[in-house]
Amino acid sequence: MKVLKRKPELCIACHACESACSTTWFKEDNAEKSCIRIKEGEKENVIVSCTQCGECIDVCPVQAITRDKNGIVRINKSICVGCFICVGFCPELAMFMNDEYIEPFKCVACGQCAKQCPTEAISIEQE
Amino acid sequence: MNIEKLKSAHKLLKEYKYELGKIERGYTNRTLYINLGDNTIKEKTVTQLMKDKFIGGKGFGLYYLWNAVTPDTKWNSPENEIVIASGPVGGITQYPGSGKSLVCSLSPLTGMPMDSNVGGYFGPLLKFSGFDALELQGKADKDVIVFIDGNSGTIRIEEAPEEAIDSHILGEQLTEMYAENEEDKRNISVVSAGSAANNAYIGLLNFTFYDVRRKQIRLKQAGRGGIGTVFRDKKIKALVVKFAGVKGNLNNPADQSSINKAGIKLHKEIHDLDDKQNRMRQVGTANIIEVMDQYDLLPTHNYKFGGHPDTYKISSKVFTSMITQNTPDGCWYGCSMSCAKAVDRFELKTGPYKGQKVIVDGPEYENAAGLGSNCGIFDPYAILELNFYCDTYAVDTISYGTLTAFLMECYENGIINKEITGGLELNFGNSSASLEMLHQMARGEGFGKLAGLGIRNLKRIFVEQYGADPVFLNDIGMEQKGLEFSEYMPKESLAQQGGYGLTNKGPQHDEAWLIFMDMVNNQIPTFEDKAEALHYFPMFRTWFGLNGLCKLPWNDIAPADNKLTEEPAKIPDHVQNYVDIFNGVTGKKIDKNELIVQSERVYNFQRIFNIRMGYGKRIHDAIPYRAMGPVTAEEYLSRQERYDKQLKELVGFNPEGKTTEEKMAALRAYRKDQYEKLTDAVYKRRGWTMDGVPTVEHLKAIGMDLPELVEVVKKHL
Repeated sequence: MKVLKRKPELCIACHACESACSTTWFKEDNAEKSCIRIKEGEKENVIVSCTQCGECIDVCPVQAITRDKNGIVRINKSICVGCFICVGFCPELAMFMNDEYIEPFKCVACGQCAKQCPTEAISIEQE
Repeated sequence: MNIEKLKSAHKLLKEYKYELGKIERGYTNRTLYINLGDNTIKEKTVTQLMKDKFIGGKGFGLYYLWNAVTPDTKWNSPENEIVIASGPVGGITQYPGSGKSLVCSLSPLTGMPMDSNVGGYFGPLLKFSGFDALELQGKADKDVIVFIDGNSGTIRIEEAPEEAIDSHILGEQLTEMYAENEEDKRNISVVSAGSAANNAYIGLLNFTFYDVRRKQIRLKQAGRGGIGTVFRDKKIKALVVKFAGVKGNLNNPADQSSINKAGIKLHKEIHDLDDKQNRMRQVGTANIIEVMDQYDLLPTHNYKFGGHPDTYKISSKVFTSMITQNTPDGCWYGCSMSCAKAVDRFELKTGPYKGQKVIVDGPEYENAAGLGSNCGIFDPYAILELNFYCDTYAVDTISYGTLTAFLMECYENGIINKEITGGLELNFGNSSASLEMLHQMARGEGFGKLAGLGIRNLKRIFVEQYGADPVFLNDIGMEQKGLEFSEYMPKESLAQQGGYGLTNKGPQHDEAWLIFMDMVNNQIPTFEDKAEALHYFPMFRTWFGLNGLCKLPWNDIAPADNKLTEEPAKIPDHVQNYVDIFNGVTGKKIDKNELIVQSERVYNFQRIFNIRMGYGKRIHDAIPYRAMGPVTAEEYLSRQERYDKQLKELVGFNPEGKTTEEKMAALRAYRKDQYEKLTDAVYKRRGWTMDGVPTVEHLKAIGMDLPELVEVVKKHL
C-alpha cells in the first residue's frame, strides 16, 4: 500500500506541498484546498495528512468511502451526502473540507507534494 | 416474497402529476393535501403567516389540524387529519439529528392534538420531493398506499390488498417494490402501522430508513398518542416516498458555511467525548438504565419504586453486549450520535414470527424501563421480544409498558382476575403473560384487545363492570389527559411532576425532563426557579419539533468545558449551534431569546387548541398521586426513613408514634399542596391565568394574538 510518509523534523514549513496539492486537485494555489497541511509549531512543524487508516470508511453512513485495490482510501463523491462525519471523526484531522464544496477531500498518496518538498520531509513509500 | 404478485394486485385510484419544486432557504413553500375519502390530491402554498408564526414541523401540523377540525371532531371523524412535516432545518446532513418528521393528529387517547416526532428518512425525502408537509384527511374504503415519486413528480393512490400489515414485513415489501435496484433502496422511506393499530388506541407509526450495511430496512417510531390507530382507521396501509439525489445542500441554505462549521464541531465533540459521557454510539438511550436505578428513578412495579435489586440483569452493559457495535446507526444522514441501535439476528420465541431471526430496533431506555422494570420484568430477551413485537404490530412501547404495569398491579390487588383476563396471569414479572396479551392485541382478541384501550378507558371499565374503587384506580393509573406516563419515576422531583403534568399533550419527556436538575444537582430549589425551568425547557424543546430536529444531540453530548458555563443545564454552546444552523438555513437573524419566542407562539397555540377541544385547563393538569408520593403502605414503608425525615423537616409533622396511614395522609396533603403551588408559579411564568388559560396580553406580547385564538381564550377568561 502506498502511503505518504512524514518526517516532521525535516519540514521547514515552506508550504510547497500545500501549493502542489491544491494546484493538482483544485487548479488553485490555496492551502485551504490542500490535502496536506503544515502547522507551524515553535519547536517542530506538524505535517497533517492521511495515513490511510480507514476509520472514515466505518463511519460513513452511505458507504461512499472505500479502500481501493492499492489500499488507498477514496471518496466516491457521487454517493457522498456531505455530512462531514468523516471530517469530525478522522483521528489525524486529515479529512478536509472547504465551504465551496459539499464533499470532503483527502490525500490519495498521489505524490505530487513529495516531488516539490525540498527537504524530503514527505515521501511516498510502500507499506 | 413475490413482489410482482403483490404489485399486480394494486388498483390505481388516482394519479397526480406535479412540477418539481425548488427549496429556498429550507422551505419548498408548498404542501401536499390528500383526501383518502374522495381521492383529492392538491398542492397548497405555504403562507408568510405560517412561516412567521408556526416556523414548520409540528407548527405546520398543528396549524393545518386546527383548520381541519371543529370542537366536535373525534379521532375517528373523517375530517381528522394526520399531518407529517419536516421543518426548515430538517434535511440538512451536517448537524446530527436533523432528519426528524413531526406527526400531528387528534389522538384517540386524549381527544386533543397530539404531536410525535420520529426519525427515518420520510420527512426530509418528502421535502426534497417538493413538500414542506403532507396532510392526510378522509377515510379510504379499502386499504391504500400513497406513493410519492419525488424525481418524476408523480403521486399515486393505489388500492393495495395483499401486502402485510405488520411493519417489519410491509416495509421490506414496499422498499423492494418501489426501488429500481439495490442502490435505489436508500432513496425510499415507508410509513406504516401494524396489526395492533387496527384494534388498540395506542397504535404508532413506523418510519423506515434503508440500512445500507445490513441491507434491510430499519424502523423508527412516532410512538405517542395513537396516531397509528388514526392511520389504520383511515385505511392507509402505507405511505411511500422516493427521492434519489440527496446531497448536503438541497435546502439551498442562506449560509452553508455556518451549518458546516457547527456540524463538524459537534461531530468532533461526539468523537472525542461520547465514550466518556453517555456512550450513545454504543448503546443509545439505554445507557441510563442503571443510573436511573441508582438514583431511585427507574420505575418498577407500576411506579411503586424507583429501583430493584435485579436491575443489573437489564443494565446497559447487558444490552451493549447484545447490540451490534461499530456500525453507523444514524436515523438520518450525518447523525454521528448514532443512537438508533439494533440487535441483529434475534430469534423470536413466541407469536406469529416465532423462530424467525429479526432485527430488533432497540432497546431504547423507555422500552427497557416500560416493558421491563416497570412490569417487574428483568429478562433482557423478553424485553427485546416485546420491543420487536410492539414495533412491528405498531404498539407504543411506553403506553404498553405503563398500562401493563397498571394491569399487573390491578391483578395483584384482585381488581381483575384470571376470569376477566381470560387466563392471563398478570403478576409482576410474568413476561409470558405480557407477550400473550400483546399478541392478543394484534389479533384483536380477548383481554389484549381491551387493554389496548389505554389506562383511562380501563379505569372506567373496571369501575363500571367490576366494582373497582375509583379513588384507588385514579391514584395508581399512571395516565394524565388520557396519555400514559413515560418511564421516569417523578415522586421525589416536584419539578418533574410539573414536567409531566403541566404539558400540552400529556405526560411525556419530550417537553421537559428536569429530574437531574431538580433532584440530583439541586439547581432549581424554589418554586420560581422550578417555574422558570418549566417555562424555558418546554419552550426550548418545542423548538426542535418546529424545525425537524432531534433533541438528543443537544444534551446527550456536552462540550468538555460545559460545566464551567453559567447555565450548564442549557448547554449554552449547543444552543448557539441551533441559532447558527437556523440562521444558516433560513437567512433570518434570530438569537437565543427569539428562539424561545418562536416556540412560545406554537406552545400557546397548542394550549389554546386543547381548550378549543374542551380540555387544556387546570383541572386537566392534575396528576395521579402515584406520580407524587406513596399511595400504599408498601411504598411508604420501603422508603420510611426518607419520608419520616421529610415529614419532620419539611412538613412540620412529627412522625413519632403515628401510624403509617396517618403519616401517608400528612405527606399526601403536603405534596398535593406543593404541586398546586408549583402550578400557580408555572402558569404565572407562562403568562396564563390561574386556570391555565393564556391571556390576551400574553398573546399580544409574543405576537400570537391571532383573531381565532383570542376568540377561544376570551370565553375562558
